[in-house]
Amino acid sequence: MSGTTMITDTVTVFSRELRPVLRDPFSVVFSMIQPLVFLGLFAPLLPDVEGGSALQWFVPGIVVMSCLFSTSFTGSNLLFEIQTGAHERTLVTPLRRPALIVGRALKEIVPMIVQTAIIVAVCTPFGFDLHVGGVAAGVAILAVMAVGLGALSYTLALASKNTEWLFWTVQQTVLFPLLLLAGILLPVDDGPGWLRALSSANPLTYVVDAERALFNGEFPASTVLAAVVASVAVAVLGLAVGTRAMRRSS
Amino acid sequence: MNATMIQTSGLTRHFTVKKQTVKAVRGLDLQVEEGELVALLGPNGAGKSTTLRMLTTLIPPTSGTAAVAGYDVVVQQREVRRVIGYIGQGNGAAHSQRGRDELVSQGRAYGMSVRESRARAAELIASLDLAAVADRPVSSLSGGQKRRLDIAMGLIHAPRLLFLDEPSTGLDPQNRANLQEHILKLRAEHGTTIVLTTHYLDEADAMAERVIVIDHGTVIADDTPARLKAEHAGDLITLGFASASDAARAAARLDALAGAAVTAAGATVEVRVAGGSRLVPGIIRDLDAAGIAVESTAVNRPTLDDVFLNLTGRSLREGAVGNSGTDTVTAEEVAA
Repeated sequence: MSGTTMITDTVTVFSRELRPVLRDPFSVVFSMIQPLVFLGLFAPLLPDVEGGSALQWFVPGIVVMSCLFSTSFTGSNLLFEIQTGAHERTLVTPLRRPALIVGRALKEIVPMIVQTAIIVAVCTPFGFDLHVGGVAAGVAILAVMAVGLGALSYTLALASKNTEWLFWTVQQTVLFPLLLLAGILLPVDDGPGWLRALSSANPLTYVVDAERALFNGEFPASTVLAAVVASVAVAVLGLAVGTRAMRRSS
Repeated sequence: MNATMIQTSGLTRHFTVKKQTVKAVRGLDLQVEEGELVALLGPNGAGKSTTLRMLTTLIPPTSGTAAVAGYDVVVQQREVRRVIGYIGQGNGAAHSQRGRDELVSQGRAYGMSVRESRARAAELIASLDLAAVADRPVSSLSGGQKRRLDIAMGLIHAPRLLFLDEPSTGLDPQNRANLQEHILKLRAEHGTTIVLTTHYLDEADAMAERVIVIDHGTVIADDTPARLKAEHAGDLITLGFASASDAARAAARLDALAGAAVTAAGATVEVRVAGGSRLVPGIIRDLDAAGIAVESTAVNRPTLDDVFLNLTGRSLREGAVGNSGTDTVTAEEVAA
């Protein structure tokens, strides 16, 4: 029996997590239902911006929203495995504890890319001006954020081991404030001072700002840098607390 | 090669539940040699699962030490995890996955190559009769099929030591029998050391060569089922009479029997004594000679429940599920 490393362990966990998605690709679309509803029923209400469709402003936000929804839900898969016993079984294998969280969190990147591709493909015929390079850069930043958000969701699942309601309560309570404060649905620039202050404390705000610029083919260095810093910070925090929770998991 | 597989010393685990300390396991000293098949028997809450969870590195002991295959369960967790297989109370395979996929992932987790894992998965799927369901989502499998898949998961890396926590809970009698057969076969073919917990008396009786009876977090008896029964409980002879007065007279005569515990209730007398079936003919002749007609007799071999009752004053069967009834060897009706 050959030895394992942190990398092989991470690959093992990553592939295992990804397998149900590959077996049933349609599952990726389920968590997109709400973002798609907003895209279909909310976007048409927005006034067109100067020089183009409102979609140019709205689509990057919906991409971030879709990522936020699916990554925040993802802990529920682990929660279910905790309840059925599969998680306990993995804890008795020699898989390294950090790999159990890193592999899972990295998997979040895959549905995010698929969802982004779907949203962009759906919107381009309706006046969304596609800048492939910008979208790719935006996806790269969002990938880091997805890992962080996924890790936080898994951490929440581990913390909710004996109290399932805790997971759903926290997830639902945090989701919409994060969404609204990031200016995904409406801009916060014209909001009251306290709301703008809260918004500037939300890491997603920086990501949404950068995604809007990048999806529009612009590359404002300071905006992009702020988004990179915010994403990396969330990823580091998520993986740190996730690894800690996984080490304590039994 | 005979080595010590499990060695614990003063193994203790406390839990804090609502600010109260629960002493789940108190100073357990245990030694299991390679190749043994050991059953930890005890009522719910006796500390069996907690012991298993410490030995499988899931939870650290509060105090004391435990070595599995020579590795310390706290300091050398990864080494311990490499050599053991664990089949917990839940389902090892995730319900959202397919059985074969989970088996391959499990092999990868133990450092087997993809090719090795696939081959081993196919082997286990065949031997555990899972071919028809291995490529379906685990959630669609029946309880018995899920359990067999759990066993396959625990065996993927051919562990030298296998832990099973309540392996047959929730299974119907047929599936329980199948499962026991698989476990015994595994041991016969590979000499795997097996430690299982159970609260099914017949299961411990039928499978284990060594039964460790645990109650309130400590070992209260540790021997072969046969010796435990011989030492802690005799056969139970039940004699039926025409009347309570006959029964009372018979009880008075039977009190003289060496090493027997006699109780009379109504028209029935119960005698707890070693070697019961050999004594019955003599008892009947003796009572007949004294003019007391025996209307019916039954001899029940002692069960592990009798052992537990004798040791603790409580029955294991309280709160236990399933049919763990008495193990009747001879229950002849003798016309007087």
